[in-house]
Amino acid sequence: MAEVAEKEKVQMLDIYVMGKRYKVPEGLTIQTALEYCGYHIIRGCGCRAGFCGACGTIYNFTYDPTIRYALGCQKEIEQNMVITQIPFFPATEAEYTIEDLEPEEGENKLLTLYPDIITCFGCNNCTKTCPQDLEVMEFMAAAIRGDIKRVAELSFDCLICGLCAARCPQGLQPYNIALAARRIYGHYMAPKSQHNLNRVIEIEEGKFDAELEELKKASEAELRKRYAAREIESAK
Amino acid sequence: MPYPAYMEESIRKVEATRAERLKKGPLPRIPEAEREALVNKFHPDYRKEEMRELKVGPNKGERTPREVADLLEGSSRIDPDKIDLGKVDYDVDVLVVGCGGAGGSAALLAEENGASVLISSKLRLGDANTIGAQAGTQAADRPNDSPAIHYLDIMGGGHFTNDPDLAEALAKDAPDAIRWLESLGVEWDKEPDGSYHELSGGGCAVRRMHSCRDYTGLEEMRTIRDEMRQRNMHGRKIDWLEFEPVIELLMDDRGQVAGAILMNLETKQMSVVRARAVVMATGGVGRTHIQGFPTTNHYGATADGLVLAYRVGCPLIHMDTMQYHPTGAAFPPQILGLLITEKVRTLGAELVNCDGEQFVHPLEARDTEASAEIRECKERGKGVTTPTGEVGLWEDSPMVDIIRGEGTIARELPAMVRQFARFDIDMIHKPMLVYPTLHYQNGGIKIKADASTLVPGLFAAGECEGGVHGRNRLIGNSTLDLFVFGRRAGRAAAKWIKEVKPGKLTLEHVRQWQRELKEAGLESMPVSPMLLPNYARGNRPVPGFVPLGEASEYTPFGDRAVRWI
Amino acid sequence: MPYPAYMEESIRKLEASRQRRMKGEIPLISSDERDIMVRKYHPDYRETGKRKLLLGPNKGETMPEELANQLEGNSRVDPDKVDLSKIDYDVDVLIIGSGGAALSAALLAQEKGAKVLIATKLRLGDSNTIGAEGGTQAADRPSDSPVLHYLDTMGGGHFENVSELVWAMARDAPMAIKWLEDLGVNWDKEPDGSMRELELAGECRRRVHSCKDYTGLEVMRVLRDEVRCRDNIDYIEFEPAIELIMDDKGRVAGAILVNLETNELSLVRAKAVIMATGGLGRLHTQGFPTTNHYGATADGLAMAYQVGCSLIYGDSIQYHPTGAVYPLQFVGILITENVRGLGGQIINIDGEQVACNLEPRDILASFEIRECTERHKGITTPAGNVGVWEDIPLIDMIHGEGTIARRLPSLVHKFSRFNIDLIHEPVLVYPTLHYQNGGVRMDANSATEVPGLWVPGEVGGGVHGRNRLGGNATLDIYVFGRRAGREAAEYAKEVKLGKLTLDHVRQWQRELEQLGIAKERPFSPMLLPNYARQPSDYLADLYTEKLQPGLVKLA
Repeated sequence: MAEVAEKEKVQMLDIYVMGKRYKVPEGLTIQTALEYCGYHIIRGCGCRAGFCGACGTIYNFTYDPTIRYALGCQKEIEQNMVITQIPFFPATEAEYTIEDLEPEEGENKLLTLYPDIITCFGCNNCTKTCPQDLEVMEFMAAAIRGDIKRVAELSFDCLICGLCAARCPQGLQPYNIALAARRIYGHYMAPKSQHNLNRVIEIEEGKFDAELEELKKASEAELRKRYAAREIESAK
Repeated sequence: MPYPAYMEESIRKVEATRAERLKKGPLPRIPEAEREALVNKFHPDYRKEEMRELKVGPNKGERTPREVADLLEGSSRIDPDKIDLGKVDYDVDVLVVGCGGAGGSAALLAEENGASVLISSKLRLGDANTIGAQAGTQAADRPNDSPAIHYLDIMGGGHFTNDPDLAEALAKDAPDAIRWLESLGVEWDKEPDGSYHELSGGGCAVRRMHSCRDYTGLEEMRTIRDEMRQRNMHGRKIDWLEFEPVIELLMDDRGQVAGAILMNLETKQMSVVRARAVVMATGGVGRTHIQGFPTTNHYGATADGLVLAYRVGCPLIHMDTMQYHPTGAAFPPQILGLLITEKVRTLGAELVNCDGEQFVHPLEARDTEASAEIRECKERGKGVTTPTGEVGLWEDSPMVDIIRGEGTIARELPAMVRQFARFDIDMIHKPMLVYPTLHYQNGGIKIKADASTLVPGLFAAGECEGGVHGRNRLIGNSTLDLFVFGRRAGRAAAKWIKEVKPGKLTLEHVRQWQRELKEAGLESMPVSPMLLPNYARGNRPVPGFVPLGEASEYTPFGDRAVRWI
Repeated sequence: MPYPAYMEESIRKLEASRQRRMKGEIPLISSDERDIMVRKYHPDYRETGKRKLLLGPNKGETMPEELANQLEGNSRVDPDKVDLSKIDYDVDVLIIGSGGAALSAALLAQEKGAKVLIATKLRLGDSNTIGAEGGTQAADRPSDSPVLHYLDTMGGGHFENVSELVWAMARDAPMAIKWLEDLGVNWDKEPDGSMRELELAGECRRRVHSCKDYTGLEVMRVLRDEVRCRDNIDYIEFEPAIELIMDDKGRVAGAILVNLETNELSLVRAKAVIMATGGLGRLHTQGFPTTNHYGATADGLAMAYQVGCSLIYGDSIQYHPTGAVYPLQFVGILITENVRGLGGQIINIDGEQVACNLEPRDILASFEIRECTERHKGITTPAGNVGVWEDIPLIDMIHGEGTIARRLPSLVHKFSRFNIDLIHEPVLVYPTLHYQNGGVRMDANSATEVPGLWVPGEVGGGVHGRNRLGGNATLDIYVFGRRAGREAAEYAKEVKLGKLTLDHVRQWQRELEQLGIAKERPFSPMLLPNYARQPSDYLADLYTEKLQPGLVKLA
C-alpha cells in the first residue's frame, strides 16, 4: 500500500493485525494504527482516552511468544508487534440487588456472591494482564479474606476491560468481584455524610424556595449584581 | 447429533442385506450406451434450463450454468478512470493469483528459476480446495503401470474430450511430482519396504493413487506453505498478501497481461501490482452453488480466475460441465456437502438405497455414479430424507473393516472418523448418508502444455484451467494437475519474464468490456468477481437503508488520521 | 517519550517562577471583561466555519458548519421500504444512549413500573460520562446553598441560562449525590464521613463531589451494574437509533435501530422515548481535537431536530481549556479541571501565569488562545501542536507531598506510560472541544416541544446557558435523567399511541429536495467518525448486487 507522504521521512514499522501484515508509521497507538491500515473501527473503540476498557488488546512479537496486554488506544505500536483484540470476553456475574447486600455477622459477602473465588491459586496471571497495573491478585486475596475495603481500594482504577477474566485459568472474573466489593463498600461501609442528609431534608422542606423564586424573577442587571456580590470561598 | 430413529430403521435394512452383498460382490458396471442415457437424463449438466448462452466475450454463444454466466458477464468492480496507474504499489516479476497447491507450486518454481514472486491470496496463504482433498495423487510409477496407461485412463474418464497434449503432460510429469513433494517433506503412505502404498480409484485401470492417509491435500498444502514461509524468512524473493484478492487484471499497450489490481477485503483499500507475468491459480467454482447444490469447496471458491481471464480475452473450455462428487455428506446438517472421499468406496464400501439394496457399482466414474444416485432418489423414490429435508443414500462404510480387517478405517480414514465422531456418529460401524455435491470444475481457462494461456503474459494452473480432464475428472488427477501444471506455470512464467518487453500499463480492456456489456444490454449485471459468497441472514443489502460506511461526505482529517486520538 | 530537550528551557523558567506564583494570585476578571475576552478569542465567535441553517425549527440561525451539516442531513432510511407493521420491540420507555443520563432515566423509569429498553450505539455505558474526571456539584454543606449554586451557574452561563432549569438542577443536586451513594458510589470522603469537596472554576463554594479523578467511571460502573441487576430493563448494544418513529397524532412513538455490524434494522415501538445521546465532540468543530468518546456525533440533535424540536444555544460549544497537547497519542484528551481546583496554574513559555486558573472554561480557553496566537508565547510540540503549561507539581507544594498521587491517580498513570512524571513535571495543554453548552430545548423535566420525547443530559440545552461550569455536566445528567425517567414512565401509563408513521421523514426529504441541497448533505445521524486512512475509490459493493447505471457506490 502506498505510504502517506509525510513532510519528513517517518519510520515505517511492520505490525500484524490478526495475522495480516501491514506497514504503519511509528508513533501510532494500536488503535490509530488500525485506522491507518484502513479499518473503520466498530468494536473495540470507546473513549479513546484510556478510561472505558473497550479496546482490550493482546499482543506479542514475531520473535517472542510471551503474551502481553494493553489498551489499544494507549499503547504505542512497536516493530513486529502481532496484535489481536478481544473487545468482549465471556464472564459470569452474580445477580444481586444493592439493598439486599448487607453482610451478615461474620459473612464474607463476596464469597457468598462468588463462591468460586476460593479456587484462586495465586498464579498472578490476572495481575500481569491488567493494563492499569492494578494488583489484581492482591485484591483477589483480600476478597477471599473478606476484606472488602481493601478490595475497593486496590481495585479502584479498574476499567472493566475484561482482560483478567480472559486469562484466569480458574475461570474467575476479578473485575466483577471488585465491582461488587466497591458497591458494597460505597453503600454500607463508607462513613455516612450527615451534612448531605441534612441538606436533602432542608430542600424537601422548602427552605430555599422563596429566595430562589426571587432570583428567577430578577432582571439580568439585578442578577449580575447579586452575582458579583458573592463571597468567594478560598479554594484551599 | 446421532441418527434419528426413523433413519436407524433404514440402517437396520442396510445391515440386513450386508452379508448377502459381501458374498455376491458389487453390481456389474453399466454398459456404455446405458451409461450415456443415464447421464443425459439425470446429471445436472444436462438440465438445459439451468444454463444459458453467453452473450459477450471469447466464448460468446456457448452455454454455461446460469450462476457462472452471471459472473462471466459481470461488470467490473472498478471505474478505470479513477485508478491512478502511475502509483504502482508492488513491482514484481511474477504475480501468482491464489495460493492453493497450484499457486504454491507455481510460486516455488518461479522463484527457484530466478523470478521475484508476489502471491495474492484472498484468504490466508494456503486456504484453498487443496486442503480438503483427501484421497490422493495419481502417478504411474509402478512396474505394472505406465504413463501410457495413465494417459488412457485420463482420456477415457474425460470421455475423450481432453486435450491430448495436456493429458500427456499430466501423465508424464506425475511421477516427478510425487518425488518433488517428497523432497519437500510430504509424508506419503508407504509399505514397510519403502514403496508407495497405492490405491485404486474410480476409472483407473491400475492402482496408482499416492496418499497421506485421508489428509493428502492438507499434508501437501502445509508442506508447500511451510516451504514458502521458510524461503521468505531466508530473504528469498517470495512474498504474499493475505485477504487481498485480485479484482481486475492489468494489461499493457502491447496486449500483454501486466499485473493486477488487488483489494483488501477488510478495508476496501486497493493496490496496483505491476508484474511481468501473472499465474492464475484461483481454483474452483463451488461457492456459486450451481443449481442449488451444496459443495465440497472452500469459502473462496467463486470462480474469480475465470472472470478475470475472460475479461482480458482468454477463452474457456468445457464450461458447460461441472463435476458433482457422488458422495457428499447429506447428514448431519453441519457437514452438508462435505466430501466423503471416493477412497471409502475404493476400500470396499457400497452405495445402497433406503431398503439396503445396491443400485450401482460403487466405482463408476463420478458423473455416472452421481447420475445413478440422483435417479435412485428422484425417479425411484428410494432415498432417505433427513430431518432438514435433504435426501441421500447410504454409503455402507462398515463393509471396509469387514473386507480388509478391523482397524482399516481408523488407519486409512482418520479424518473422516474424527469428523463424524464430532456428531456422535460412528462411521466404522454405521453407514453414512451421502448425495452428490458440487465438487469440481472440469473445464476452465484454455492452456497449452506449458500452462500458458492464449493471452501473452497470463498463465494458469490447477482447477481454474481446463482441457486436462476433458469433461470429467478422475479421482487423484486434480491434486496431480495442481503440481504438474503449477510447476510448469512457474517455470514458464520465469522464462517469459526474461524475454518479455513490458509496455505501458492500461485498463483499456475494462473500458472495452463495459462497452461490450452495454451493447449487449448487460450493463446492469452484478459486479464480478464475486470474491465471497454471502450467507448472512436476511436481505442484503437492506432495502431502503444507507449503511454506516456510506455516511460521511467529509472526514475532517483527510489523510492525517494520526492527528486525532 | 519524555519532553524533548528544547522544552527544557521553558520548564526551567516555569520552575523558577514557582515561588513567586505561589504567593501572588492573579485575580478573576469582571463579567464585562469576560464578555470582551470571549468575543475576541473564543472559537464560537469566529466568523469562519459557520453557516446559517436552511430548514427546520432553527432556520436562519448560525451554527458551526459540521453541526449544520448533521442537522440538515439526509435520512438513512427510505420510509417506503420500511414495514412499520413489523415491530421488533414493543416497550413503555425506549432510551437511546447509555451514559449517565440514560441509565439514570432507565433506573427511575423502571422504579415507576415501566418496561424499559435501552438501545445504545456502542457498549452499555460507553459515553462521555465515563471520561468525566472532575466531579459533580451539589450544594450540601452548611456554608453553601442551592441559591449560591444557582447564582454560580447563571454567572458561568453569561446569565442566558433558562432559570427554571437551573433551579431544578441546583435543587435536586444533593439528592442526586445521595442517590448515587445509596447505589454504592464511592464518593471521596473525610474520615468523619463528610464529603471531600473541591472548588472548580466559576464557583464560589467548594461543592464538587468526586471519586478521585475517576468520577465518571466510578459512577458509570455502578449505574451500569445496577441496570444489569434490575428486571424489566433490557438493553441492546451496538445498535444506534437512526430515525425516530412518530404516530399520526404528532407524538414520538419509537425509533428505528440499526445493527452497526450487520446493517440489520430493528423497529421499536415505545410509548415514550428518552433521547440521551450526549455530545458532538467527534464532529471536530473548527477542527479541534476532542475529549469526547468515539460515539459523540450529535445523533440525538439531528433526530430531534428532524421531528420538529428546536435547539437553544446550538451554536455554543465549550472548549475545555486543558486538553492535552503532548505526547501525540494524547492530543485532545481531558486534563481535569480538578487540577486547577487544587492549584495548578496555566503558564506560558516564559514561566509567567496566563490567567487566574479558576476563570470559567470559555474565559480561560480564550486567554490561552490569545497567549498562543496573538502573543506567540505558547510552546510548540514536535508534531506542530501548540500549547501552554499547566503547573501540576505546584499542587503538592500547596497541599503536601502525595496529594497529586492521591487525587489524580489516573492522570499520573496515563502520562507515566510515556515517561512523563506529573509529580515533578508540568503538562502541556490547549483548548479542546469538550461540551455542547446548548442543545435541544427542554423543560424542567427535560421534556421537549414534541410530545413523547425527553432529552436529558448533554443533548438537552438551556441549563448551562452559554457556558457550562465544571461539575455541572455530571450533575445535569443525573438530575434530568431521573426526572425524565420518572415523567416518561408516568406518561407511558396514560398515553394511547396512534398509528405509526414515518411521514416526517418523507416531509424532511421533500424539503431538502425543494431547497436543492439533498445531494450535498451527508446522511445523518453520522453514527461514528471515520478515521480510516484514505477514503475508498469508486468501488462497487462486495457482494453480487445489481449496480444501477450511473450510480456511484462507495463500499
